[in-house]
Amino acid sequence: MIEVQDLDFRYAEGDFVLRVPQLAIERGSTVAMVGPSGCGKTTLLNLVAGITSPGGGVITTNDVEVTALTDQARRDFRIRNIGLVFQEFELLEYLNVLDNILLPYRINSALELASDVRDRAQRLAQDVGIADKLDRHPDKLSQGEKQRVAVCRALLTEPVLLLADEPTGNLDPGNKGRVLDILFDYAERSGATLVTVTHDLDLVDRFSRVVDFRQFHPQDA
Amino acid sequence: MKGELYLAWRYLAYHRVKTLILTTSITLIIFLPVGLRVLVRQSQEQLTARAEATPLLVGARGSPLELVLNSLYFESDVPATMSFGEVRRIESTGYALPIPVYVRFAARGHPIVGTTLDYFDFRRLRIAEGTNLRMLGDAVLGARVAEELGVGPGESVISSPESVFDIAGTYPLSMRVVGVLEYSGSPDDEAIFVDLKTTWVIEGIVHGHQELSGSGAAGLILTSDTANVVANAAVVQYQEITADNLGSFHFHGDQSTYPITAVIAVPPDQRSESLLRGRFESPDELLQIVPPVDVMDELLETVLTVEAFVIAVVVVVGLSTLATAVLVFMLSLRLRRREIDTMRKIGAARRSIGAVMASEVAAVLVVGVALAAILTGLTSRFGSDIIRSLL
Repeated sequence: MIEVQDLDFRYAEGDFVLRVPQLAIERGSTVAMVGPSGCGKTTLLNLVAGITSPGGGVITTNDVEVTALTDQARRDFRIRNIGLVFQEFELLEYLNVLDNILLPYRINSALELASDVRDRAQRLAQDVGIADKLDRHPDKLSQGEKQRVAVCRALLTEPVLLLADEPTGNLDPGNKGRVLDILFDYAERSGATLVTVTHDLDLVDRFSRVVDFRQFHPQDA
Repeated sequence: MKGELYLAWRYLAYHRVKTLILTTSITLIIFLPVGLRVLVRQSQEQLTARAEATPLLVGARGSPLELVLNSLYFESDVPATMSFGEVRRIESTGYALPIPVYVRFAARGHPIVGTTLDYFDFRRLRIAEGTNLRMLGDAVLGARVAEELGVGPGESVISSPESVFDIAGTYPLSMRVVGVLEYSGSPDDEAIFVDLKTTWVIEGIVHGHQELSGSGAAGLILTSDTANVVANAAVVQYQEITADNLGSFHFHGDQSTYPITAVIAVPPDQRSESLLRGRFESPDELLQIVPPVDVMDELLETVLTVEAFVIAVVVVVGLSTLATAVLVFMLSLRLRRREIDTMRKIGAARRSIGAVMASEVAAVLVVGVALAAILTGLTSRFGSDIIRSLL
């Protein structure tokens, strides 16, 4: 599903360097990426998603060499294949819950917002228990509800790869479990790959594989 | 593009106060100078048209502007009066048709214009309803007066006292409305026209009262001789002129000394105009003769200078406001950095994000410009009313 080969990345400013000689993640697996803050977990997610480009190396995601794609092709690939969940939810304050879930279909012409997509959005909202809040704006939701909206947005495109960056970082224990349940259920039902960055070592037992990032951090090497 | 437009609309709707402030600013930036320009142009045309249609105006020496504003636009203070005898003087020269006007009184806020039937022909005023003036006490209403007061032929209007505290002043006169003029788009629409003598009745120098020569009036007479009869205050003064009491209305003194505010002089040709003006050029002359167009041109020159200053100030303020609006937009872009990043991460094309932002700016601009256009249209449509209310 994901193959990283000889990856080399550094930011234009600062001395941060991420080197990943080789990493392979199987299709349908659930992977927890762990490691201290600043070791490159989020950076690798962004590279795999094609949000940022590496200085060198090859990243293949779902049999597509992401590092060889143009900017536009990467965006189209990402919106069709990858669902992203962020720690800070990243909901748009001026959109209600339904519009936030439908956002991917409004910002890229590669996707067409048809009536079945709306139905799917409502079903997802029903599944995660926010169907009665579709017309509310994010400022009227609890933290757990916000993250469930963000998860619905990530799942709406029926991605084959779910990349979650500390999705439970801002949630209470009850909501942590609930959000993870939703992500795991989806991965299991659809056969999608789930890659999650987490600092919460209590949760890593649920994943089929744990990748410790200290192995890629040059300072620790 | 539909999705981008939707997001822009949702953003503007959610931040409605900010949107309203920005839209209002854009509207005002455009409307204030343009609307002012339209208003000034219209007032210029309106004032000039009326002035151009009035060749010469004769009045007592004093402010020519006051004379013109009072006689042509029925506005301003009452200028110094001249005597009615001057009408005969102008007529006797044979250089112009004199049309006397006496604009001093009002009825329910509308000026009462005392004049002759020549005025209606001169201004090409046509009766829309009823008849023209036929007898003392008749009134013909301008179209807007009839509309505003809801009065028509067969009803009456009452002149307003000049001062409610002046118990020795003029008594209100009830005037029969016999006709309503067609709408002319001029100050005539706002006036009540009566015969010149009717204004003198309002002033009290022509009056009708209870008969004093009969035996029944003996108790009312204080003194009498062959020339005068002095009666007490119990004598009934008529406040309405009817067919029954019309005969009792009479003049006191020499009619040629009765007051009027101006004479519109209509010379048949340029030569007559020049000759007539020559008659009033003497330094000892107590009257002035002015071409209203010259007076209005002078006024408009001042107005245009003021307008230029006002527009310059408005433009500077407008540019400052525009700069502030741009700054607000730039700051909001910074505040929305995270939102933009989120859209980009999810997979938004850079073009789409740009389109959302551009649509927001365009919507504010389009609505602002459209509102400014509507306001300008309204100013253009109702400009004449606004000008009249400002005069």
